Amino acid sequence: MAQRASKKSADPAANQASAQVVRDLHERMVRIRLFETEAGKLMEAGKLPGFLHLYVGQEAVAAGVMAALRDDDQITSTHRGHGHAVAKGVSFKHMYSELYGRVTGACLGRGGSMHINDVSLGMLGANGIVGAGIPIAVGAAFAAQYRGEDNIAVTFFGDGATNIGAFHEAANMAAILHLPVLFICENNGYAEFTPQSKHMLITDVADRAASYGMPSVIVDGMDAVAVHQATVEAVVRARAGEGPMFIEAKTYRYYDHQGVKGLRHPYRSDAEVEEWKARDAIDLLEASALADGTATRAELDDTWRRTRDEIAEAIAYAEASPLPDTADLLLNVYSG
Amino acid sequence: MTTVSEAPAVAPDVTSRKLTYVKAFNEGLAQVMREDENVFVAGEDVAGYGGVFRMFDNLLDEFGPRRMIDTPISEAALVGLGVGAAARGLRPVVDLMFMDFIGVCLDQIVNQAAKMKYMFGGSVSVPLTITTASGAGLGAAAQHSQSLEAWLAHVPGLKVVMPCDAYTAKGLTVSAIRDNNPVVVMLNKVLLGSKSEVPEQIYGIPLGQAHTARHGSDVTVIALGRMVGEALAAAEELAAEGIEVEVIDPRTVQPLDTETMIASVRRTNRVLVVHEAVTFGGLGGEIAAQIQDAAFDYLDAPVLRIGAPFSPVPFSPVLEKAYVPDQARIVQGCRRLLERS
Repeated sequence: MAQRASKKSADPAANQASAQVVRDLHERMVRIRLFETEAGKLMEAGKLPGFLHLYVGQEAVAAGVMAALRDDDQITSTHRGHGHAVAKGVSFKHMYSELYGRVTGACLGRGGSMHINDVSLGMLGANGIVGAGIPIAVGAAFAAQYRGEDNIAVTFFGDGATNIGAFHEAANMAAILHLPVLFICENNGYAEFTPQSKHMLITDVADRAASYGMPSVIVDGMDAVAVHQATVEAVVRARAGEGPMFIEAKTYRYYDHQGVKGLRHPYRSDAEVEEWKARDAIDLLEASALADGTATRAELDDTWRRTRDEIAEAIAYAEASPLPDTADLLLNVYSG
Repeated sequence: MTTVSEAPAVAPDVTSRKLTYVKAFNEGLAQVMREDENVFVAGEDVAGYGGVFRMFDNLLDEFGPRRMIDTPISEAALVGLGVGAAARGLRPVVDLMFMDFIGVCLDQIVNQAAKMKYMFGGSVSVPLTITTASGAGLGAAAQHSQSLEAWLAHVPGLKVVMPCDAYTAKGLTVSAIRDNNPVVVMLNKVLLGSKSEVPEQIYGIPLGQAHTARHGSDVTVIALGRMVGEALAAAEELAAEGIEVEVIDPRTVQPLDTETMIASVRRTNRVLVVHEAVTFGGLGGEIAAQIQDAAFDYLDAPVLRIGAPFSPVPFSPVLEKAYVPDQARIVQGCRRLLERS
């Protein structure tokens, strides 16, 4: 497991760099948290059509990984993809507009929550099919290798996705072809409503990487710095042509599989949820940053405030945006 | 990335010579690979072995292992590799060997390749070509002999081509690879060794444009893939009796050039649709419905369909022969249509 970076080094330049990373991780996490909680409120208010799979609780993973990537690195995401999109830099306006089904949305209102993408930022789509983005990331990594470019691909998936064939096929394919791709398993303990103990007999999903000759690491998915450091190491390997790597981040989602509430049966206890919330990723990072003087309370509060303002503006933009023209129903079915 | 989506049709030139279907495919593929550095081929046994049907013979020698990639037997990951690489601007050709194997990677074809452009708000294209061999006739039995074009043609975003001879095998393959959409090239196993005139130069056949393979005034036979040859033979047989059959080869079943078919039906007033696939839920039903919709008043008889019975493809040669439509059944079908009026 990667070490926490909270202990100050004697080198002032290194301290400054690490402070910058911490502020970056904090900002990405706050952006995700607020985007998601506001989206949840909009859904509860009946303003959003379709499904909403919220990412709250898992912010440290998206933030930690994405802070280690460049804009030209590619990612594929899951049906719970808002956090990855936000962390990769997709605009709030495009995202909220898409949730509202407006023509100004990331998918022109054709995709909705589960399909948000932004090719210009290397965001090769959230995906409505569990595990389906994994082989696509392998293909994106192949393209980089084919062209001799040093950008890499990263694929996010949950514990449940590692039970589908596409995961195993893609992991083996990536290993065999020595492709620059990172497999990031966000193990939140549940495949929809089914606990991990009932859908696999192993405790660490990372064990699966070994059968493909792929090195793996397990990190605390509530610790953004740990996730970040593990990713930085894997990125260096991948860019150097040393092949794929598997990172398992143990994390947790606070809301339901879909929507905000709506528990029909107690598939997990309130006590369990509270136990994880007590180790909230943002709280942990803030406490550590304040303790070692990396940031002041005022600086952290400022991030929350700026983000809230930006979100309010984005929601207003989405609500004022036009709906798609039904005359354009067949737009983009084929490419010209 | 090339922006050429469809090359203009080129008529056979003076340098044309006879080539087998599989060699014509191979030649077209090699020529596009020379033309465009972004084209690569990935699949099971495509490089070292040259493909189980010799489709990829000699390509490893010319293009090397960077552009000819042997993959594990992992069709989902293979098509996914193609989708991701295509989304990043390459022009992958991935081979699925037998069409029956699409069942194990249908998600990547249907939910990923076909929809990416649409779901991404138009910001990405998937210029992926999937090559595969369809059809019965080799005693390959129920899991290696199917014609599943109706599955694919039903999915918005995919294109599906069915070459009926060596000339179209080359031209449609070239156009498929140059096209900016995912295209499935359904080669027919029985036709692999069949020869026809093929120009030496590179040429594309426009996708979505039907070809009138034979002109006639009495009956229109719309035939898919291998059935074009059977229909032409049937037409010759009937011509001896003074019955003139028009044979239309859609070439591309998605998008389907309905206009050419309807124009023909308006002249002949009788139409037979024939395909190797199971009749129930097959493209014959779609074509019949479109013709009825657009040319009902011109019909002297109901549109007739000929396809396979509602059964998996049998193994025993005698059963397999009875299963697949042929010249005799097409002749019979034409006669039935002419008896009504």
